[in-house]
Amino acid sequence: MEFRSPEFKTRAVHALHDANLQKALSNTKAGFVVKRAQAAEAMPEFEALRDTAAEIKNHVLNNLDHYLEKYEAAVTAAGGHVHYATDAEDARRIILGICKKAGARRITKGKSMVSEEMGLNEALIADGYEVVETDLGEYIIQLADEPPSHIIAPAIHKTKDQVADLFAAAHHKPRKTDRAELVAEAREVLREKYFTAEVGITGGNFLVAETGSSVIVTNEGNGDLTQTLAKVHIVTSGIERVIPTLDDLSVFLRILARSATGQETESYTTFSTGPRREGDVDGPEEYHVVLLDNGRSKMLGSRFQDMLRCIRCGACMNHCPVYGSIGGHAYGWVYPGPMGSVLTPLIKGMDGTYDLPNACTLNGRCKSVCPVRIPLPDLLREIRHNQFRKDMTPKRQKQALKLWRYVAERPKLYHFAERIGVRILASMAGGKGKLRSLPFDPGWTGARDLPAPTGRTFLELWQAKRGDQ
Amino acid sequence: MTDTPVKPRPRVGLFATCLMNAMRPSIGFASAKLLEDAGCHVSVPAAQTCCGQPGLNSGDEDGARALAKQLIEAFEDFDYVVGPSGSCMATIRHDYPGLFADMADWRKRAEALAAKSYELLSFLTDVMGVTEVDAEYHGTITYHDSCSGLRSLGVKGQPRQLLGSVKGLTIKEMEDTDVCCGFGGTFCVKYPEISEKMADDKLRNAAETGADTLLGGDLGCLLHLAGRLRRKGSPVRVYHTAEVLAGLADGPSLGEENR
Ligand code: SF4
Repeated sequence: MEFRSPEFKTRAVHALHDANLQKALSNTKAGFVVKRAQAAEAMPEFEALRDTAAEIKNHVLNNLDHYLEKYEAAVTAAGGHVHYATDAEDARRIILGICKKAGARRITKGKSMVSEEMGLNEALIADGYEVVETDLGEYIIQLADEPPSHIIAPAIHKTKDQVADLFAAAHHKPRKTDRAELVAEAREVLREKYFTAEVGITGGNFLVAETGSSVIVTNEGNGDLTQTLAKVHIVTSGIERVIPTLDDLSVFLRILARSATGQETESYTTFSTGPRREGDVDGPEEYHVVLLDNGRSKMLGSRFQDMLRCIRCGACMNHCPVYGSIGGHAYGWVYPGPMGSVLTPLIKGMDGTYDLPNACTLNGRCKSVCPVRIPLPDLLREIRHNQFRKDMTPKRQKQALKLWRYVAERPKLYHFAERIGVRILASMAGGKGKLRSLPFDPGWTGARDLPAPTGRTFLELWQAKRGDQ
Repeated sequence: MTDTPVKPRPRVGLFATCLMNAMRPSIGFASAKLLEDAGCHVSVPAAQTCCGQPGLNSGDEDGARALAKQLIEAFEDFDYVVGPSGSCMATIRHDYPGLFADMADWRKRAEALAAKSYELLSFLTDVMGVTEVDAEYHGTITYHDSCSGLRSLGVKGQPRQLLGSVKGLTIKEMEDTDVCCGFGGTFCVKYPEISEKMADDKLRNAAETGADTLLGGDLGCLLHLAGRLRRKGSPVRVYHTAEVLAGLADGPSLGEENR
C-alpha cells in the first residue's frame, strides 16, 4: 500500500472540500456512535468487561513468547502451519510461496488489515494471480482502486451513488441504486469466485492458544466461504492477536461488536482449527497462519506496549472528530484515526509521519470508548515528545516554545510582557472588541476573529484592587 | 463530595491561567467572587505564570517540568489550588506527577499539589457543597462541555446544576455537546482548516438550540468559538460560565463591541 502520510496536510484540506466524502462521513454518527452508546448502556457489565479485556491483553503481552509457543504447538497438532514474518516483505515472500506451491490462479480474500500492512494484494497481482476481495466494502474499493479508509468499514467514504456507478461499470449490468439490489448483484458476482479459487486468505481477529484456533467475526459470511471452499486457507494476523483460552475469547466477543457497530454480536463468528480432518464435510486441505511482527515486538516493553492491546474495533476513529472531518484517506496509510496515528509512526517510522500524532486536539473521546482502554491521547503525546527529542518539531514552533519557557520562568518578565501585549491588542481593536487580523499571525485569523482583550491583565487589576495577597 | 472535612475558611490559591490573565480578567474576578461567596479565603500569588501545558502537549517535556516546579512552589502552601479552566487544572491534576517519574522528591510534591487542585465549578459544588448562586441572567444558554474538564475531571453536572439556579436563565442542551470544538491548543493554528470545520459543527449544533448565549468552562475553546461566531457575523454571545454565575456577564461578551 502506498505510503502517503507525508501529504497529510494537503490531503486533509482536500477531504474537507470533497462533498461526497463529507456526505458519507456524516452518516457515521448515527451508524456507529449512537448504536455503540446504546449497546454499552444496555449491558450493565460492559465497563467491567473492558477492564477484564485490558487485563487479559496485558497478561498476554507480558508473556507473549509463552502464548505464541503454545498457540503454535496447538496449530501444529491440528495439522496446520504457523509462519512468522518479521516484516511486510518477509510476509509477502511466505504467502507467495504458499500460493505458488498450491498452483493457485485465483485467490479470494476476506477483509484483513494485516494483509494491507503486508502490501499483499499488489504483490499477488504482480505475480499474476487474480485477487478477489469478498468483503463487500473491500470489493467496492478494489473496484475503485482505492485503499480502505476505515478498519472495519473500508468503503465508508463512498456514497451509495458512487457504488452504483462502480458496479454498473464493472459488472456491465444496468445501473441499480437500491441498496439491497446492489448487495445482491455483488453476491452473485462473488459466488462464482468462491468456488473456483484455489487459495482463500482471511484475517484473524483472535488466535486462541489453548486450541490453536483462529477466529474471525464478520457480518457477511464471506469469510466462511473464503476459507472453507478453497483448497488452501491462509490466515494473516499480527503476533499480538493471541489470547489464552476460549473463555477469554468470550470476553472479547462481547465487547468487540458492541464497540465496533453497536451490535450485540456480529452475524458470523467463525473458528478455524487446522485443515479438514477425516470425516469433515468441508474445509481446506492446507491451513497456514502467517503472523506478522513488523515492529510489534519492538513495542513490547516500551512506553507504547499498551497499543498492542488493540482489537481493531474502530471505535476510536468513529468517535474522533478529526477523523469525522477528514475521513481515513488523509492519514495516508493502512490505519487511520487515533489508533493509526499511534501505529503508523511506530511501524513506518518517524519520517513522513510528523503530522499524524499532531493533528489531534487530545480531546480524549477515543480513550473514553476504547474497549481495551488504550490511553491513545497519552501515546500520541508521547510520540510528540519523541519528535521533539529527535529535533523533528518545526523550527519556528521550537523557537516559540523556547521563548515561552524563557519568559514563563521569569514571573516579573512574564507579567510585564502580558501587560504590554494586552495593551497593544486592545488599542489595535479600538473598542470594536475583536481583531480581524494580527501581525505575526500564527494561523488564528484565517477563519476566526480574535476577541480582543480589555487592555489590563487580571493580575494587575487584582493587585490594584486587593494588593499583593 | 470529598471525604475529608473542609476547613471552615479554606485558603484557596487562585490560578490565573495565562489566557484568562491576558484576555479576560472578568473571569478571574468572577472566580474570586464565587469562591469568597462559598466561604473561601482567596489569594492570587504573583509568582505564578503558566502551568506548562503548551510545552507538554508540543513535546517539550523539560520546559513543562520547569514550569510545573515553579507552579508547585507558588501554590503548595495553600489548602487548595483552583482555576477557571478544566484544561489547565487537568494538567496539574493528571500530568504533573508523571513529569517527575524519576524524581521521588518532586513527585511527592507534585502528587500532593495534584490532590488539592480543582477546576472552579467542580470545586464549588463537590468540595464546598455549593448548590446554588445568587445571580440573574436573562437569556437562553447552551453549554459546551470542554474536553479536559469533561473527560479528565468529570465536570458535567456541576456547571449545569449551578446554572439552573440563575434567575431568568434557560438551559437548552445541544446535540453532541461532549464533542471537541476544534480548539485543542496549538492544534487550532497548526491545522486551521480542520479546526474550522470542527468549530462549525459545534456552532451548528449550538444554533439549532436557538440559544442566544454559548457558555463553557475553558477560555481557549471560548475564544476560538467566539472568534468564529464574530467572523461569521453571528449575534450569539459567548461568556465563561463563571461570569454568568457571578453576575458579571453584564459587560460585552467575548469579541463583542464595547457597549
Ligand atoms: S485503539 Fe481501541 S478503540 Fe481504537 S481500534 Fe483499537 S481497540 Fe478499538
